[in-house]
Formats: sequence, structure tokens, C-alpha cells
Amino acid sequence: MAGRTLRGKVAVIGIGESVYYRHGRSPDPEFKLALQAILAACADASLAPAEIDGFASYGDERSESSRLAAALGIRRLRSSIMQWGGGGGGCCAAVANGAAAIATGQADCVVVFRSLAQGEYGRYGRSPALDTIAGEKAYLMPYGVLAPPQRFAMRVRRYMHEHGIRHEAMRAIALASYHHAQANPRAIMAGKPLDAERYDASRWIAEPFRLFDCCQENDGAAALILVDAERARDFPHKPAYLLGAASGSGYRAGADPHNSPAYASANFGTLAPDLYRMAEVSPSDVGVVQSYENFTGGVVMALIEHGLVSAETANDFLQLENLIAPSGQLPLNTSGGNLAECYMHGFELVLEAVRQIRGTSTNQASRNDVALVAGGPMVTPASTLILGSEATL
Amino acid sequence: MTQSLRTSPYLPAGLPIPVPEPSGVSEPYWSGLRAGRLLVQHCPACGTWQFGAEWLCHRCHRFDPVWEEVQPTGRIYSWERVWHPSHPALNGHGPYLVVLVELPQAGNVRMVGNLLGDPLQEVVIGTDVLGEFEHHHDADPPFSLLHWRSR
Repeated sequence: MAGRTLRGKVAVIGIGESVYYRHGRSPDPEFKLALQAILAACADASLAPAEIDGFASYGDERSESSRLAAALGIRRLRSSIMQWGGGGGGCCAAVANGAAAIATGQADCVVVFRSLAQGEYGRYGRSPALDTIAGEKAYLMPYGVLAPPQRFAMRVRRYMHEHGIRHEAMRAIALASYHHAQANPRAIMAGKPLDAERYDASRWIAEPFRLFDCCQENDGAAALILVDAERARDFPHKPAYLLGAASGSGYRAGADPHNSPAYASANFGTLAPDLYRMAEVSPSDVGVVQSYENFTGGVVMALIEHGLVSAETANDFLQLENLIAPSGQLPLNTSGGNLAECYMHGFELVLEAVRQIRGTSTNQASRNDVALVAGGPMVTPASTLILGSEATL
Repeated sequence: MTQSLRTSPYLPAGLPIPVPEPSGVSEPYWSGLRAGRLLVQHCPACGTWQFGAEWLCHRCHRFDPVWEEVQPTGRIYSWERVWHPSHPALNGHGPYLVVLVELPQAGNVRMVGNLLGDPLQEVVIGTDVLGEFEHHHDADPPFSLLHWRSR
């Protein structure tokens, strides 16, 4: 294994997004949103779009690389990489896969992106009209387990049961995202603050999830640009270097329906050791965290499985004051995340980690040399990454 | 004991009807339910139980595990009470209860079903439950479900 690492080899030199919309509100179709985000990332990097020679994405991304290459008039398409399965859990793997292409000489400039117009293609939170269903969902849908809230509530319930996690810990996750969104002009929920009383009064979606435990659904696109670390300082912004990444899941995590041996898990148990080993940092070095909120319970599990808090102390530690920038012990989801900035399938979290490294977040953390992003918890494959500033190399 | 005495289904009609995939790997399970029998894959070589269906035993890799009938009894491993309708058939319905039931007599494989009775009942992980078949013989295509009730 010696020498086989991505640590410090590739950097993010540009980030960009479309305007973020509530689901169904985008005036533009999904592919156009993708183009807007990619061109915004190029402008951020002062990079000519023709320099792009690769695309990486995840979650069954519909904006295909060959169409993007043709639309953008890039000279040569060299890498076209899709993370296989796991939906939003691939948001970090897509970055790692793009970085791997660069580190192995298969591309020089890779755009990693996600575009998602739910108004155009349908929502995750509503089951499509189907007469019959086969496969994994056949064991679930006839019993009313149709959409992500019902698919994940029992995992979180079991985790709460095994570890004594209280609702207040999940509430703190939601409050932190909404707190940070208030200062972020991109955030859908800017101007819509959330307090404990409003959270407690919100309706149940699927117990143990209340409305504010569940992510939004949105229209938009977000993109970043990767280049070889050797070139990274030639661009205007402070580079955010990829220090470590890991993806996948543990033993038989994909045993359907709901037969994963480690059921009460976010599936980071086997990933976090690989992540920290590659990044050559420990959990205590992490200054700021973006953790994918499909549901707040998944964030609790992800933080624990990354060693950022222990299951035994989670109820005490997961309080709003510990989770907010600039100087909470562990600033979390500093853009507002999936709950309150925009559900861009977690890619907005990766962009926010880059802003933290640059020092340009609207909720800047005081410790910002090491930024962790945890992709979709409880899915398989999940993924996770750590970015670092030049000082960490 | 396990035959349903109820006449109305637990959830309204209109949800997707479960069918085997074209490959047929799970077909014995679904036809078993229609006959009021719960079948679970059991490896004749190493004794491993397996659910859902797969072409081989995940432990010893012997192909074609045997479908063995097991008593539909178990205990609640996890649960959820669903309030928000994610399908038009559920508009105005609910809440309803979903349980994840583990079957100790079949290697602790787990199954998802509805928990019959008061949808607002207190649900306790570890509670013993009995299966009840819910037949939809007149549906197109016909199908059966397996629900659970606290013992």
C-alpha cells in the first residue's frame, strides 16, 4: 500500500453553482443548470472551459459527459466517470474518482458536478406511479415504505435504541443548519430561522423524523474543478487539496431488504479508518465538518462513525453552541447544508468545504485547515473525504 | 392462527403490487405468501439462512439455496410510524405502522411488514409478534402480504 495515496496530489481550484431553487421552481431545465454551474466554476477559477478534459458525477446523473463536452466545445474528452450506486452517498466519491483520474495521468482538468431539477424529473419524496414493483422495493412498497423517509426511519430508530440517542441530538443538527443558512444568501432557508420550539411543533413525517429532520428537495446544480496540485497555485484562489477519501460499505451492507448485519449504522465504519489513514490526520485535527443530511439521524451516526464524537457523549455534545461557526467545537454544515441551503444531493457540502479552506464561507470556522465532508449516510456505497489547506501538505 | 380474519387490507388499494423480478429469483417467496406459507432461503450445505432472495448462499457460495417453510413468528427489531403520505393512494390515510421483524428461527433474517392494530399503539423493540397473511386474490395480478401483530 505504501505510496498508493491521493494525499496532496490534486486540488480544487474552482467552485460554482446555479441559483438554487425550491423543487419545481427552476425556470431552466436540468442540463442548462449543469452548464451554468460548470461555467460559474470556470469563471471562479479563471479557467477557459475548453481546458476541461474530464467529468465525474454520481447519483445516476442525467447530464451526460459527452453532451456536456459537445455543448462546451471542449477539445478532448478523456475521463467520464460515474460513481456506481448509492445516490447522494457518492458525492465525495465523485471527487475522489475525478482526482484519481488526474493523479494517474488520465486527465488534467476534471469537473465534478451534480445537477438536479426535481421539477423536471420528479421528486425523491414522492413515489412514482407504478402498477407493479419487483426487486428490493417489492418487499417494501406494498407496506408503505415508499420514499427515503420511510426507508431510513427504522435504521435511525434502531440506532437510537442501541445507543440511547435522544431526539434533542437530532434537533441540534437541524438547528445548526438553519442557523448557518441565515447568513448565506444562496440558502433557500435564509430568512426562515428555526428554533427549538418550531422544531418541536413541526409535524411528523415518519417517526422518529419530524419535518425539520428531513432534507429539502430542490432544483439546481453545483460544480467544482480539479487539477494536479503542481498547477493549483497558478489559479487565483487558495487551493483546497484533497488529503484523503474513501467510499464503499461494510460486510453485506447491501443485503436487502433491511438485512444489513450492521443495520444500525451509517456505513462509515469501514471508511473512516481508510479516510484518516490516507489524509494522515486524526479526528481531532478536523476543524469543520459538512455532513450530508438526508435525515438528521444520519448525521448523528456519521459524526460518531468518523470519531468526531462518541456515542456515549453524543447527547451531551450535540448542542447548537458546539456546532456553529466561528468557534463552536465542531462547526457543522456551515452553509446550511441539505436542510437549509439546498439539497444538491450533497454537492453543495463539498463546495462549502472548499470555501472553508479558502476562508470565504459566510459562516467561516476559526479552525479551517482541515475540512471533512461525509457523503450520504446509511446508503451503500457511502463516501467521505477530507480537504486541506497548503499548510497541511 | 396465522390466517387473516380481517376483510379489509391494512393499507388502501393503489400501492404498487409486488411481483417477482423477470429472473424469478424471489418467485418462490411470493407464491409461498399466496399459499399462506412463509418461505425463506436456507442453504442445505452450510445451514445459512438468507433473505431476500439471492442465487447463492452468501456464506459457502453453494448455488440455489432451498426455500424452506418457517413459522411466521418473530420479534420487533425496529419500527416507524408514518404520517406523511408519499403516494397518492395514501392521501388522507394514516398514520400507519411499519415494523422490521427478525426471525430467530431462521437465522435472525429480517422482514418488513405492517404492525396490525391501533396505529397509535406504543411499539417496543423486542416485542414478540405473530404473522398474519393478507391476501389480495382478486387483484391484478393477485398477491399476498405478510403483516404482524403483537403477541
